[in-house]
Formats: sequence, C-alpha cells, structure tokens
Amino acid sequence: MPVLTSTTVGRKAILAGTGIVLLGYVTLHMLANLKAFLGPDSLDSYARWLREVLAPVFGQEGFLWLVRGVLLVCVVTHLVVAVQLTRRAHAARPVGYRHRTPVHGSYAARTMRWGGVIIALFVVYHVLDLTAGVLNPAGVPGAPYRNVTADFQHWYVVAAYTVAVLALGFHLRHGVWSGLRSLGFAGVSRPVALGYAVVITVGFLSVPYAVLFGVIQ
Amino acid sequence: MRYTLRIWRQAGPDEAGSLVPYQVDGITPDMSFLEMLDVLNERLVAEGSEPVAFDHDCREGICGACGLMINGVAHGPQRATTACQLHMRRLDPARPITIEPWRARPFPVLRDLVVDRSALDRIIEAGGYISAPTGSAPEANSLPVPKSDADAAFTAAACIGCGACVAACPNGSATLFTAAKVTHLGLLPQGQAERHTRAVAMLTTQDALGFGGCTLTGECTAACPKEIPLSTITRLNHDILR
Amino acid sequence: MIEYSIGEPLADQRAPAGPIENRWERRRFTARLVNPANRRRLTVAVVGTGLAGASAGASLAELGYRVSSFCYQDSPRRAHSIAAQGGINAAKNYRNDGDSVRRLFHDTIKGGDFRSRESNVYRLAELSVAIIDQCVAQGVPFAREYGGLLDARSFGGAQVSRTFYARGQTGQQLLLGAYQALARQIHAGAVRMHPRTEMLDLLVAGGRARGVVVRDLVTGEISTHQADAVVLATGGYGNLYYLSTNAKGCNATAVWRAHRRGALFANPGYTQIHPTCIPVSGEHQAKLTLMSESLRNDGRIWVPVTAADPRPPQQIPEHERDYYLERMYPGFGNLVPRDIASRAAKNVCDAGRGVGPGGLGVYLDFAEAIERLGRAGIEERYGNLFQMYQRITGEDPYRAPMRIYPAVHYTMGGLWVDYDLRSTIPGLFVIGEANFSDHGANRLGASALMQGLADGYFVLPATIGDYLADAPFDPVGAAEADAVERDVRDRIHRLLSVHGDRSVDSFHRELGRLMWDHCGMERSESGLRKALAAIPPLREEFWSRVRVPGDGEGLNQSLEKAGRVADFLELAELMCLDALHRTESCGAHFRVESQTGDGDALRDDANFGYVAAWEHTGGDPVLHREALEFTATTPSTRSYA
Ligand SMILES: Cc1cc2nc3c(=O)[nH]c(=O)nc-3n(C[C@H](O)[C@H](O)[C@H](O)COP(=O)(O)OP(=O)(O)OC[C@H]3O[C@@H](n4cnc5c(N)ncnc54)[C@H](O)[C@@H]3O)c2cc1C
Ligand code: HEM
Ligand code: HEM
Ligand code: SF4
Ligand code: F3S
Ligand code: FES
Repeated sequence: MPVLTSTTVGRKAILAGTGIVLLGYVTLHMLANLKAFLGPDSLDSYARWLREVLAPVFGQEGFLWLVRGVLLVCVVTHLVVAVQLTRRAHAARPVGYRHRTPVHGSYAARTMRWGGVIIALFVVYHVLDLTAGVLNPAGVPGAPYRNVTADFQHWYVVAAYTVAVLALGFHLRHGVWSGLRSLGFAGVSRPVALGYAVVITVGFLSVPYAVLFGVIQ
Repeated sequence: MRYTLRIWRQAGPDEAGSLVPYQVDGITPDMSFLEMLDVLNERLVAEGSEPVAFDHDCREGICGACGLMINGVAHGPQRATTACQLHMRRLDPARPITIEPWRARPFPVLRDLVVDRSALDRIIEAGGYISAPTGSAPEANSLPVPKSDADAAFTAAACIGCGACVAACPNGSATLFTAAKVTHLGLLPQGQAERHTRAVAMLTTQDALGFGGCTLTGECTAACPKEIPLSTITRLNHDILR
Repeated sequence: MIEYSIGEPLADQRAPAGPIENRWERRRFTARLVNPANRRRLTVAVVGTGLAGASAGASLAELGYRVSSFCYQDSPRRAHSIAAQGGINAAKNYRNDGDSVRRLFHDTIKGGDFRSRESNVYRLAELSVAIIDQCVAQGVPFAREYGGLLDARSFGGAQVSRTFYARGQTGQQLLLGAYQALARQIHAGAVRMHPRTEMLDLLVAGGRARGVVVRDLVTGEISTHQADAVVLATGGYGNLYYLSTNAKGCNATAVWRAHRRGALFANPGYTQIHPTCIPVSGEHQAKLTLMSESLRNDGRIWVPVTAADPRPPQQIPEHERDYYLERMYPGFGNLVPRDIASRAAKNVCDAGRGVGPGGLGVYLDFAEAIERLGRAGIEERYGNLFQMYQRITGEDPYRAPMRIYPAVHYTMGGLWVDYDLRSTIPGLFVIGEANFSDHGANRLGASALMQGLADGYFVLPATIGDYLADAPFDPVGAAEADAVERDVRDRIHRLLSVHGDRSVDSFHRELGRLMWDHCGMERSESGLRKALAAIPPLREEFWSRVRVPGDGEGLNQSLEKAGRVADFLELAELMCLDALHRTESCGAHFRVESQTGDGDALRDDANFGYVAAWEHTGGDPVLHREALEFTATTPSTRSYA
C-alpha cells in the first residue's frame, strides 16, 4: 500500500503504529519494574523468566531477542519517519516569522521532536547501563535488582532518569492523544492521554526515588 | 488613537524584504484593522511613497482574500475572526503591532503582505469536487441527507480558503484546508463514489506542492476564522488509510 | 450639460413568439448546434468567475469548448457571489403552499414593477427548479429538515416558502459548487484559468467580439486573449457609490469598456438599495456590511417619536416609539419590499428622528422576538448575523436593538442582451448581474443567485452554439489587435503620469457621496441636474490631480483602483442621465416628482413601459427604447399599503 510510505498521512500513520508498539512496551516495562518493590527475587526471577520463556520454541533468550528485534525495528522506523517529517516541515517554511505566538499552546505537541531525541539518547545509555551493565556501578549480569539499587544510590543517575522519563511523559501526553487519530480513529480524549502519561511517568520514577530515599535497599 | 506598526515591506517576489516601522494617528476603536491600513496608505500616498500592498476584497470575512500575521497570530488576536473583521478596539495602542505575510514555501510573497495562495486551488483541482456535469443531476429530493450529516458537512464546507491554517501550522501544512473539503464532500451521499480517490488525490497534490505534513499540533484550528474542527483531519486520515 | 437623442427603437430578435410556457423549449430546438469535433476548435473567453462565470465556464468546458477564464481576485472562488447570504429562489413547491413556475414568474415580474421582459423571466422561473437539482448533485449543503429533505423558507415578504439556503452563507456554498465544477475542468485542461488578471478592454474585429485585452495584476503585463466568443460575467457596479455592500474590487470596467466599443447599456439608473445594513460609523468607513433580510422576519423596526431623542433605546417607553413600517403598511409591516423599507428609513432620518452617529440609522429590535422564542431560538436562527453585528459595532444585539441603515446593494442595470443573452456586439454575451437582467426596476430577494446560475448553467450553453455555428470566423488582423492593446497601454501611461496630489480613494469617495445624495434612494430633477453638472468637472480634476504611485510593472493596487474609478466617473454620468430621463417612479427608481398622495411610487406605463438602452457615441449618448409587452401578466400598481 504505497500511500503509507508515499504520503505525509501514511508516514504519520507509521509513526503512530510504531509509537503505539513502543507505548505497549514501555507500559509493560513500567509494570515489570514495580516488582522491585516486591523484593530482589521478584524482579530477578522475572528477568530470568524473560530469558527462559518459550525456550522450547525460540531457544534460550530467543523470545527476548525477538522482542528486542521488534523494539529495534520500531524505534528505528519511528525515528526515521520522525526525521523525514521534521525535515519536510522545515523545508515547508524556509523563511520564518519575526514575531510568533503559538495560539493553541499544546507544549507537549511542540516538543515531540526534542523529547523524542532525549528519549532515544536515554535508551542507548539505559541499555548500556542496565542491560549490558557496562555503565552500571555494579553491573552484575542477570541481577537487575542489584544493578538498579546500585544505580540509584547516586543522585546524578536519578537525575538523568528523571529527565528522560519526564521527556517520555510529555511525549506520551501528545502521542497517546494523537496516535489513534493519526490512524484515522476517534482517539482518546486529552484528559485520558494526560492521565496515561502521568501513570507511566510516576510508575517509572517510583523505583529510582524509592531507592534514593532508601524505601528499597 | 495612535498605533505603532512594524510592517513587512518587500518590493517584489525576488526582492529582499524587511520590517519597516510606521506610526498611524487618528485611529478610532470602531475602525476595522484593514481600515487602519487604509488610513496609513492614504498618508503614504499623500507623502508620495508607495502604499502597503495587502489582499482584501469582501471585507465581510467570507471571501478569504485577506490574511495577515498580526503579532505572530494568523488573522490577529480575536478568535474566529478574519483580519478584515478584526476591529481596532481589540488592539492595545500601547503595544506595537507587527504585521507579516503568510509564510510557507508554497505561498511565495508577491509584494509586501500579498502572497500567492494558488497552491490551494491546485489542491481543489486535484479532486475537491463531486463529478456532476451540468444537466446530469437527479431530482434534488431523490436522495435525502440526514440533517446531522448535512450540518456536519456544512461546518466543514464553511472554509473560506484563506490559508491561515498553513500560516499558523508549525509544519507549514495545508492539511486542515484539505481535510475540510474532504470532510464536506465525504459526508454526503453524493460524495461517496469518489471518496477515497478524492482524498488521496488531494493529499498527494498537497504533499507535492511542498506543504509540510500534519502532526496534529492543532495550531490551525485555533487560527481558523471558520473554526474548522480538527476532527476533519482524523476523517481525512481515515479516508486515506481505509 | 450632457444631452441625449432618441435613436431607432430596439427589439429582442430571438425570443420565440407563441405561448410563454414553451418559448424556451422552442428556442432550444431552433438554436443551431455545433458538432463536438468543432467545439474542440472553438475558444470562449469567460470574464468573471462568480456564480454566472464559474457555472458558464464549467458547463461550456463540459460541452467541449476551449475556455479561458479570468478574474481579478487571486482565486476564482473569491468572486463576490461568495458574500450572498439569504438564499436562492426555486419554484419547487416542496411545501405544497401553492408555489409554481407561473407564480415565481408572476412575482418576479411584479417585483420588477413591470419593467422586465416576460419571456426571460418565465424562462428564469422555469430553470430555477433544475438549478437546485444541479447544486445538490454537486454537494452544496443546503439546509435540511430532520427527515433529510431540503428545507425552504419565505424570504423578503414572499407568501410562499421557495427560498433554499445554507445557513447565512448561501452564496458561498453555491459559488464553491460552481468553482469546484470549474476546478474539475481546469484539471482536465479544458479551462485555462487566469486569476489576478483584469480585463481592460474588448477586442472587436470584423464587427465581432474576438477577445479581451487584460493586465496581469502581478507582472503588469498587458496581453490580448483572442477568442471566437466573449462572455462577460463581471458582476454589478454598485461599488461606484464607494460605500456599498459590494466588495472593494467590484467594478464596471469590463462592461463599460464593452459599452464604449458598441454594446448598449440598459437601465443604468436602476440601483437597488438594501434596507438592512450596518450604518456608517465614521469618515474612514471602507464598505458597508449587509445584515440579511431574513432579520426582518422577527425584528421590529422603529425610531423615537421625538426628533433627536438623546435617551438610549431601552429607556424609551413603548408609546414614544414609532414602529413606522407597521404603522404605514399594516398589511406587510416590517416585510415590505426593499425599496419601500429603505425609503421609509431615509424619510424618518431626514425628519431628524434617526438614531446613532449622525442620526443615520433606525432600530431593528428583537426584544419581543427574544421573549417569544427565547435567546436560544434567536441564536438558532440568526446566531452568525448577531455575532457579525457585535464584531463590527461592539454592541450586543441581544441587549440593545440593532441599528440599521440602507445601503447600495445591487444594480439592475447592465449591458443590454436579447433572449440569447447576446449583447448588441455579435459574439459578446453578458450574463449574471452584469447584464440588465431579468429583474426590471427592482430585484426580489434571493433571485440574483437564481439568475446567475440559470444564465451560466443552462441558458448560455444552449444559446452560444447558435452563434458559434457560424464559426470559424476570419482571423483577426494584427493591426486591429495592436490598436486595442495600444489604447490600454496609453490609458495606463496617462494614469501614471498625472503625478497629482489627490489619492484615488478621495475621488471615489467624493463621487460616491454625490451619487448617493442625488442618484440614490430618491431622485429629483434638481438633484440629478446638480450631479450631472458636478460629475464632468470632478472627472477633469481626476485626470489632472490624481496621484498613482509606482509604475505599471508589477503589482500596483493604486493603479488598479485608478482605472476602475476612472470608468466609474464616466458611467456615473450615464446613470444620472438615465435616472433624469425616466420621470416616472418605478421599482427602486423613485422620482419625488412622481408619487401618489400617500407617497407611493407612481408608475407611468404609457410613457415609460420600455427598457432604456443607451448607445455610446463619443458625444451625446443615443437612447434606444425596447418596448415591453405584457401578455401573460397585466401591469398593476404595486401597492403594499
Ligand atoms: C452582500 C450581498 C448579499 C447578497 N445576497 C443575495 C442573496 O441572498 N440572494 C441573491 O439572490 N442575491 C444576493 N446578492 C446578489 C448576488 O450575490 C449577486 O448579484 C450575484 O452573486 C452576482 O454574481 P455574478 O456572477 O454576476 O457576479 P460576481 O459574483 O460579482 O462575480 C464577478 C466576477 O467578475 C470578475 N471581474 C469583475 N470585473 C473584472 C474585470 N475587469 N476583469 C476580470 N475579471 C473581472 C470578478 O473577479 C468576479 O470573478 C447579494 C449581493 C451582495 C453584495
Ligand atoms: C519508547 C519510546 C517512544 C514511544 C513510546 C513513542 C511513542 C510515540 C507515539 C504514541 C507517538 C504518536 C504518533 C502520532 O501522533 O501519530 C509518537 C510520535 C512521535 N514520536 Fe515517539 N515514541 C517513542 C520514542 C521516540 C523517539 C526515540 C523519537 C525520536 C526522535 C520519537 C519521536 C516522535 C515524533 C517526532 C513523533 C511525532 C509526534 C507528532 O508530531 O505527532 N519518539 N511517539
Ligand atoms: C526509570 C525507570 C527504569 C528502570 C528502573 C528500568 C529498568 C530496566 C532494567 C532493570 C532493565 C534490564 C532488564 C533485563 O535486562 O532483564 C531495563 C531494560 C530496558 N529498558 Fe528500562 N528501565 C527504566 C526506564 C526505561 C524507559 C523510560 C525506557 C524507554 C523509553 C526503558 C527501556 C528499556 C529497554 C529498551 C531495555 C532493554 C530491554 C532488553 O533489551 O532487554 N527503560 N530497564
Ligand atoms: S481551514 Fe480555516 S484557516 Fe484554513 S483555509 Fe479554510 S478557513 Fe482558512
Ligand atoms: S497545525 Fe499543523 S500539524 Fe496539523 S493539526 Fe494543524 S495542520
Ligand atoms: S476581505 Fe474577504 S475575508 Fe477578509
């Protein structure tokens, strides 16, 4: 179906589609993180389960790699399309206004691009930190609980995560609202999108701050 | 009252332009914004210099000819109001007023505040119609249209083709304009046969003309003098992707 | 002062005789056809993209003719038809309220005060039905009932509900329909569209109209577009009065230049003044805004009993208000025809009882209607109009009554055409408001849209073939073509080289004021003579003192205006002469010398039962009379008392 790749609406739909997959991932990921509150075993066993699940079908870590593959494809596509649309937008207004006042004032909508970049950079750092462990104070493979707790002892790590998660929150505030509309469906209301974004943000941030303030040792 | 203006002056399509400061005196609250510019122009002519060129015709908010970026807002501060229907009682003499032309690559400046918006006509020509040659029409009441559909179609059909949506859109997109027409015709039974092809033809033309893509920022609806709803864009997306 | 002489009487050669019901059918049958293969080789220049021009351009292209289309706006969709609010008449009789083609025909003839041609008007009524079908098929979103069928309302005091409408934006929706049909043909390559292009002269060669000389308003380039036939659909010239409900760009240039090239100008003096417009607020007023006639269905018009009453309207007790229309015309009350409502307003204001700035206004009061229907009910009906009023005046019409005053709105006069819409120059057709039209001395509300679309969709496409059947015509001599182009260039050069000290607008305002005072709602011999004495010197002054900055190359809006005002200054004289020679009162043309005891218009069928078609000679104009016979109707006095 060429309209998908050849028209702006099609590209926006791809952005939405991939965005929604990523949205699904971050939602599950956020929920999984909450296991940290249930103690080391809960989170670590979950991590182990992640690697063993469906092993008979995909082999050891197979399913995980499948997920990673899907995520990678989505993030890259999402990124490429976002960049395409952004460059097109800049080309459409070579001469800007001297005096500009946004009327509608949806801050989230206008920060999608920078927000996205921040998220992208964060993900790279984050994977090196908690998946590969190379940037992690502890960096014990297969022991996410330790790594996480080791991480968030340091205020600057928490700060970095906070910035990223807030960026994601804004990104979703608009993304959740616009996603379905870009696909031509009625879509959810602004309050719902806001609520969703807040839940994800708070959910993610709960862990680092719990560690920082010693709720989780 | 006396106002301080900063107006974009540009001698021709290929000339360089700049914001030029002016003072206008004797402005009354019940003058329209364009009448205020008339006063300035009368004076400029009297002084032997060239008046400011700007598009206008009906001065009733219906022809869509006028279009000015007033202090960075398309058609100025009053919502749902074209520049010609904006009155000076709405503007504070203490604040200088910056007046710029619509800015978008498909809208080249012809002179001062006058831009070429014919790109919007190209979009309509690409499919913004129902093919019903003269004489081929059935009896009008032979196809009833539910009142709700007719009303919704009218709301979208109210677009005056002024281009403020393009001017206001951070992406320089004409999607609200295109979506308004696609929605108007797509809601009516007469418009069903060409519904998908119409949407695709109009959108591909819009893209080819160099307009940006819509990312649902929503600045357009806010600036639209006819308050064309954002839902028309969802509908366009639907008709394209179906 | 300008004089005139009487020339040969004029007759409509092409209206078939016989029973009026099937004249149009017979004409369509007798009209010769052009075979499709030849149509592709014939070019028609259509000037104007309003309802008339756009519908004609699209329909001719669909027939296979090569069409080149012109308008001065940046897009054909902006033609002033876009501003029409109220609605369009059609004898559908959906309401079963006794309407019929015959009744619409009869009402239009009577409304025009028996100064229009029966055969044309009957055809108009006949075609009104097909227009609605056509527009609906194009997707025009007319107002509908809950059952999904078309709604229709009564308009301008008509006793039947035959007016179809799309909220307060009927003209916009009809024009978009026609524009979209035109756009389809532009896309198909059948129409070559030239926006921002102004016609400045007509190319007449070998006794036929063979093209137009135009100026590209962006590049300033002057060029000639040759054609096998030329159609003028350039609208009305009410903008001559400076303050009117017309758009700022409305002009008489196309028709006036054609007139100077030999086309007769009919009834130039017939001007319609609309009673419900927003009053002038100050010196710098650029144009007047119409408030739809439909407001008179629920609003009550009044002024204070005592002159110069300083109190705000709400504080004036009922018994100190004069609902003068209800008093003078108990039968029709606030719904009397436009000319009567307008004149009555003028009279109370002249008597010093007017309200608002300069005492030029009367109240249109909705207090009672708001009580009856509730604020919501009023919003439902007139929401957008109330909003527009508030935007412009800054006053809230839900609280205080509106102030309204009459304003120039429509010109019944225009180039003379026969039943085929041919002017007196072979090959020059004139449609829409630009021709002298089917409205006689006064147009009924919601009938101009009907006429424009009837002309463009149905009449012209059927009659133009009969002329083009004689094509191909001899090629136009280079000398002839160059001569016209040279005239245009010289004129532009003259305008630019006056280097005077007065702006174009200042002349336009002065002319408008003069015409409004002496050739407006009420005309008198002395007033018209005053105007006729004042116009030539004003014209001289224009050509010696006007200042047009800039040059002819590129976009120059002062130059555009200057050319238009220069033509207004010539046309105005003919308007006054026409008004002066017609010593009767008829329709919108009210001569103070000719009224009944109780101030009603007094018609003089014996001496003025004709169309006055004026010939341009360079010297004094020559009057050709087309006698009007009435076989299907009997002229009666229009009495609303
Ligand atoms: C405010 C208002 C409200 C009205 N409401 C109603 C109503 O409710 N019902 C009704 O029946 N009638 C109404 N009328 C009257 C009706 O709208 C007009 O008579 C009708 O629309 C005229 O259509 P037209 O196609 O003849 O001319 P227009 O629509 O005026 O079009 C003129 C065209 O000619 C072009 N043109 C003019 N001069 C030149 C030139 N020199 N060179 C090139 N192009 C040129 C213009 O660009 C334009 O495209 C209203 C009129 C006004 C002003
Ligand atoms: C886990 C990470 C991410 C999630 C969950 C996500 C989610 C979404 C969603 C749901 C949308 C809405 C699509 C639409 O409006 O049609 C969206 C849009 C967008 N995303 Fe992301 N995204 C993520 C990462 C990124 C990244 C890394 C970038 C990098 C640049 C990015 C840039 C954008 C842009 C530019 C848009 C367009 C928004 C708009 O203008 O409507 N996103 N994203
Ligand atoms: C702030 C709270 C967060 C915490 C505590 C956290 C924790 C973790 C942990 C422990 C892992 C390793 C899981 C494993 O290897 O088994 C992980 C992986 C990952 N996280 Fe997060 N994360 C957080 C936020 C985010 C955010 C906001 C995003 C996306 C925008 C994200 C995206 C990822 C990705 C892509 C992986 C790699 C998954 C894989 O390939 O195994 N995380 N996270
Ligand atoms: S959608 Fe609104 S802003 Fe855009 S052209 Fe139409 S009326 Fe103007
Ligand atoms: S502002 Fe632009 S991004 Fe879309 S919603 Fe309006 S067109
Ligand atoms: S001038 Fe017509 S909309 Fe403003």
